[in-house]
Amino acid sequence: MTADPLVAPTTNPPAAEAERPSMLQRILDASWLTIILAIAIALIVSSVLIAAADTDVQSAAGYVFTRPPDFFSAAWDAIYGAYSALFRGAIYDYQASGVRQIRPITETLTSSVPLIFAGLGLAVGFRAGLFNIGAQGQVLMGAAAGTYVGITFDLPVGVNLALACIAALIAGAFWAGIAGFLKARTGANEVIVTIMLNSISFYLVAYLLTTSLLRQGGSRPISPKVADSATFPLLLGTQFRLHLGFIVALLAAVFVWWLMERSTLGFQFRAVGANQSAARTAGMNVNLMFVLVMVTAGALAGLGGAAQVLGTDKTLQATTAGSIGFDAITVALLGRSRPLGTVLAAILFGALRAGSPLMQTSANTPIDIVLVIQATIVLLIAAPVLVRELSVPHRIAAMTGRYSIKGARA
Amino acid sequence: MSAILTAPAEPVGTLVEARIHWRATVVYGIVGLLALLVSLLTSSGHETTFMVASRSDVAQIAPFALPSRVTGVILSLAALGLVGWVAWLTARRRKAPVWVPIAFGVLVLCVLLVWVMAGNRNALPLTVLLTGALTMSVPLVFGSLSGLLCERSGIINIAIEGQLLGGAFLAVVVASATGNPYVGMIMAPLAGALVGLVLVMFAVRYRIDQIIVGVVLNVLVIGVTNYLFSTVLTANPQNLNSPPRLPTLPIPVLSEIPVIGPVLFRHTIIVYLMYVAVAALQVMVFRSRWGLRMRSVGEHPKAADTVGIKVNRTRVRNTVFGGAVAGFGGAALVAAGLAFTKEMSSGKGYIALAAMILGRWHPKGALAAALLFGFADSLRSVLGNLGSPVPSEFLAMLPYLVTIFAVAGLVGRVRAPAAEGIPYVK
Amino acid sequence: MKLELRGVTKRFGSLVANDRIDLDFAEGEIHALLGENGAGKSTLMNVLYGLYQPDEGHIVLDGQVVRFAGPGDAMAAGIGMVHQHFMLVPVFTVAENVVLGHEPTRGKVGLIDLAAARRMVREISNRFGFDVDPDALIEDVPVGVQQRVEIIKALSRDAKVLILDEPTAVLTPRETDELISIMRQLKEAGTTIVFITHKLREVRAVADSITVIRRGKVVGTPSPHDSEASLASLMVGRSVSLGVDKTPAEPGDATFVVRDLTVIAPSGARVVDGISLEVHTGEILAVAGVQGNGQSEFAQTILGLISATRGSVTLDGTELLGRSVDEVLEAGVAFVPEDRSSDGLISSFSVAENLILDIYDRPPFSRAGALSPARVAENARKRSEEFDIRLTSVQDPLSTLSGGNQQKVVLAREMSRPLRLLLASQPTRGLDVGSIEFVHQRIVAERDHGTPVLIVSTELDEVLDLADRIAVMYRGRIVGVVPAGTNRDVLGLMMAGVPLAEAERAAAAHRTALGTADVLATEGEAPVADAAPTVESGAEVADAAPTADGSSATSDLEEDR
Repeated sequence: MTADPLVAPTTNPPAAEAERPSMLQRILDASWLTIILAIAIALIVSSVLIAAADTDVQSAAGYVFTRPPDFFSAAWDAIYGAYSALFRGAIYDYQASGVRQIRPITETLTSSVPLIFAGLGLAVGFRAGLFNIGAQGQVLMGAAAGTYVGITFDLPVGVNLALACIAALIAGAFWAGIAGFLKARTGANEVIVTIMLNSISFYLVAYLLTTSLLRQGGSRPISPKVADSATFPLLLGTQFRLHLGFIVALLAAVFVWWLMERSTLGFQFRAVGANQSAARTAGMNVNLMFVLVMVTAGALAGLGGAAQVLGTDKTLQATTAGSIGFDAITVALLGRSRPLGTVLAAILFGALRAGSPLMQTSANTPIDIVLVIQATIVLLIAAPVLVRELSVPHRIAAMTGRYSIKGARA
Repeated sequence: MSAILTAPAEPVGTLVEARIHWRATVVYGIVGLLALLVSLLTSSGHETTFMVASRSDVAQIAPFALPSRVTGVILSLAALGLVGWVAWLTARRRKAPVWVPIAFGVLVLCVLLVWVMAGNRNALPLTVLLTGALTMSVPLVFGSLSGLLCERSGIINIAIEGQLLGGAFLAVVVASATGNPYVGMIMAPLAGALVGLVLVMFAVRYRIDQIIVGVVLNVLVIGVTNYLFSTVLTANPQNLNSPPRLPTLPIPVLSEIPVIGPVLFRHTIIVYLMYVAVAALQVMVFRSRWGLRMRSVGEHPKAADTVGIKVNRTRVRNTVFGGAVAGFGGAALVAAGLAFTKEMSSGKGYIALAAMILGRWHPKGALAAALLFGFADSLRSVLGNLGSPVPSEFLAMLPYLVTIFAVAGLVGRVRAPAAEGIPYVK
Repeated sequence: MKLELRGVTKRFGSLVANDRIDLDFAEGEIHALLGENGAGKSTLMNVLYGLYQPDEGHIVLDGQVVRFAGPGDAMAAGIGMVHQHFMLVPVFTVAENVVLGHEPTRGKVGLIDLAAARRMVREISNRFGFDVDPDALIEDVPVGVQQRVEIIKALSRDAKVLILDEPTAVLTPRETDELISIMRQLKEAGTTIVFITHKLREVRAVADSITVIRRGKVVGTPSPHDSEASLASLMVGRSVSLGVDKTPAEPGDATFVVRDLTVIAPSGARVVDGISLEVHTGEILAVAGVQGNGQSEFAQTILGLISATRGSVTLDGTELLGRSVDEVLEAGVAFVPEDRSSDGLISSFSVAENLILDIYDRPPFSRAGALSPARVAENARKRSEEFDIRLTSVQDPLSTLSGGNQQKVVLAREMSRPLRLLLASQPTRGLDVGSIEFVHQRIVAERDHGTPVLIVSTELDEVLDLADRIAVMYRGRIVGVVPAGTNRDVLGLMMAGVPLAEAERAAAAHRTALGTADVLATEGEAPVADAAPTVESGAEVADAAPTADGSSATSDLEEDR
């Protein structure tokens, strides 16, 4: 049982024995409840933004004191419109017909695939105490390597795909390994190095797309389509885009669980993340661990890039990685750096990504609102006490005197 | 890390056998040799033209041309000479004076310029290059000042990126709405201060890991500004997204000095405020009571607490102030009357952090480092306009590569404020 | 200034650190607060100093109830504190540390008047003969001087009550003597001194009155003339055997040999300077010395955490230098680090995981890179029983255990495999008496098993109790290796760098207060505190303390008087 990686280590107050908290305390403090409340609060915050940007609401605000119902109904329309579009785009499209009604949920799962991979990579890093903000670059390099294999070689069906994935894995691992190596040898701050590598990878791939390595004929900086033998097969037939990468991602999550909880290497990763000095005194090679952690994280992120290109896009552009990098950070944080949590968080944020285009076209809500929702959720999750302070049920319980918002200990 | 301070043994027959660190010398040597190689590979007929004056100068100096290969070789040899001297000093376990890496950097940069522009019929406009370096470094300077104000009191501020962006956004919107760029400039720090307040509240009250809060806050600010841009600003660009530019205020006598006059003294008021800020902070942080107390909170908060200094209150005040400083840097981003675009801070916040580390948490050092990065940026834009043999993508990478080299300890191990990042609990 | 504590109570969650404490400090006396580690003495003083607020009770100053919202209020009221772990900022100068919080300033901007600060430091420094350079950086200055800076800091605020928290932890016996004389000077000037300690010898040598605290409560106010044994039992709550029960050593071959070990720090300083020693099977060799003379680095070099510049360390003939930490542990070395919470244990890991922290990659705990949780848990249960570790479940995080139990986890882990060398650094630091006894017993048991044991300890008492032979370290060198039973004063001089023969001569001529107390402790006689000689070099000292007649347990190297 290890501590929450989100909470910073503190200088130690005198150790106090924990009291057994009451049942009410335990229920209201449960983390699943906190997560649900955090999501609810984030949606409320975003609703304010959605309503504020809506032109009808803005004009109704002008005369809100003379005709209040207009304002509230305009606000409600805006908010309902946005969220119902989100629902229709992400989960279940009740306006479509037949089998297409479940297409949204398949889109959600498809979108979640690169997030699962990259999120797992980041989770491994966080638990080892390394702030790998470079998922963006690692995903992109992985995607580029996978694309290269996919357009260059013409091998039988399974082999081509496997080779492309391995190339992606190695490229991502190498890219992250640079940061790990620099940290081990020179103590370079990995936050800054990985962020710089993100930008460098963007320009590097943009350059490669102008060269023969990756270029399609013509002037558009986009690669040719990858060979069919290098793509992930579809899982549910051609009506839906859900591909084998999803299964591979779930397997990767299982692997990460085994790695961190049951393997000796993961034991060392966790020890280095919890207390470097003690790990060193216990004979662990901390510098080697830095490199190995980054390599693992990069490999997983690289696979995420492969999933994006070989599963969904089929071509490579400099913007292929999109916002996967930062999304993955929020996924790993929401998932508390645990494999199961990461998968669930990836599906949640995958839903947001899948549904936001429809929000944009149908309800005129720009997709950037998704970033706001994500960031707010993560901030709230990181501070459960804040969630409870903001939540009405908790405040009522606190007033009865038998529940303490700050927790069982004083 | 034991809390009991131990006494170092006094040196007895000291320096004879300590290990020598050759890494810096080797790196310098490699860079110097590369410079020499590149110069030798330049075709011998080419010339590089430099232009030093601009149209509005009093004294006009004509563009002058230098033979590319010879100049490059001479400069490289000078750089290698410096490397030799550093090697000699290292062998005697003496440290090279501070100006040596700077001089080396300048020489190598000159070689780079000569090589890149060899044979190019356009003249390389030095004044434009240097002026650009200064203006592009301004947001970085404010960002790194913000970083050091926060970190010296113990709070790691990764949210500089968000503070710059928020400050730029607010400056643009207010300046457009009021038609007055100065009002926009004054309001910009509010956005940064707000972000700083959220950061420090999460760090101090809920004790969340500061790096994570910083990264997430950056995402949040990007989301909010993008969203508002796509909705409100796009709907009404004339009123909300067409800020007037801040006027240039040349300083009467000083700006007439040939070459350096226009570079240093013909700027908007923000640049002059930057000069003042760096000087003032350099004095205040290290010689004033406020500075001493702030640094004690960042190095040994328990010691500060035991003499009655309020640790968390100091941290909150410093971080909000730091956020305001970074917000002001955001106003500098748009001083030229630029309209707001999505994510226009483009990573400058993180480069500012690198500048802070490179500058060893001193305002003077942060200024020097920020100028370096600003120069790389300026070079990229100048070369992009003039055409160069180097593909534009590699030029674009330049600032980021320089940052990595800087942070990877070309300047040796650095020592951050001892208690940074660790929440203070009694 | 009359200072009293009335019914002060302080809780941390369900732990009552101070329980209705009543204390009276008479003006101008040296009042000792005696209690073992964890009794609540420091907490009480933190309440007095304003760092904590009492949950119940009051502080009464000159008859008025006062409330200190923070240390600022306490300092303004005239209470100063010299902390056990110095509250000095390493990168600041002496002057900056002294004026921090009450800086003299010039001008409206608040620039610090460094000249005034330096004057302040010099003035107090000269008054007591401290010789402290106001512009030196704290991190460059030796520990004894740092303590003086702490004292100057407190005095610069006109402290009328000076609290000293375990001040002698980092001092040689001679420096302790100097501190005692400083305390007496302050007392004569009218300052009340509160002296917190767990060391019985010091208390009896210097205190005017004693209050004993146990488990948060005041359990007695014995006289300094009471015997050590009675003080000890009051402190612990039961009769305590002072000293360790051990049979004489039966040393075998020298299996652990160190030759000419030298470690040079990046700054060029020789932290470990040509050390040679050997440890035989079945013996305990203790390396004694004041903190900061290279002992910690010596231990870390043996383990492989620090690279040596020159020399050799062999165990059973195999060279250990140049090997990784893992290989050294594999070779049969057990290491008990000096700071268990930062180097020996991971507080967020479970007890079971901590018990395999350096052996996780060996059978039976793992095979081909995979851990076996069942075997880890079983091992944890066995060890906890064997070492009597008090816990609720082996899966609980380590942070739920007390300090003594945490150290037991370290020992259990290290001693759970066949050992070729036990290397323990400060094995009982911060532990309560019961745990100290346990740890000492296990160390002796390991010795009796035939393992060579190398202890590094700055606690002279522990060295005298445990060691079969003692190596004294000073400035990275071994000053001498002496048998157990060597006189404390001789050891004290050696710890200050004086070679053995000269130390013996000098010790006989100038007995320190503690050395005299040592001689008399076993007799149960009262040391006459005020008559104990203070050390002044070269002066003839009239020794008014009654001497024992040959029946002490100390070395036969003493001169008769």
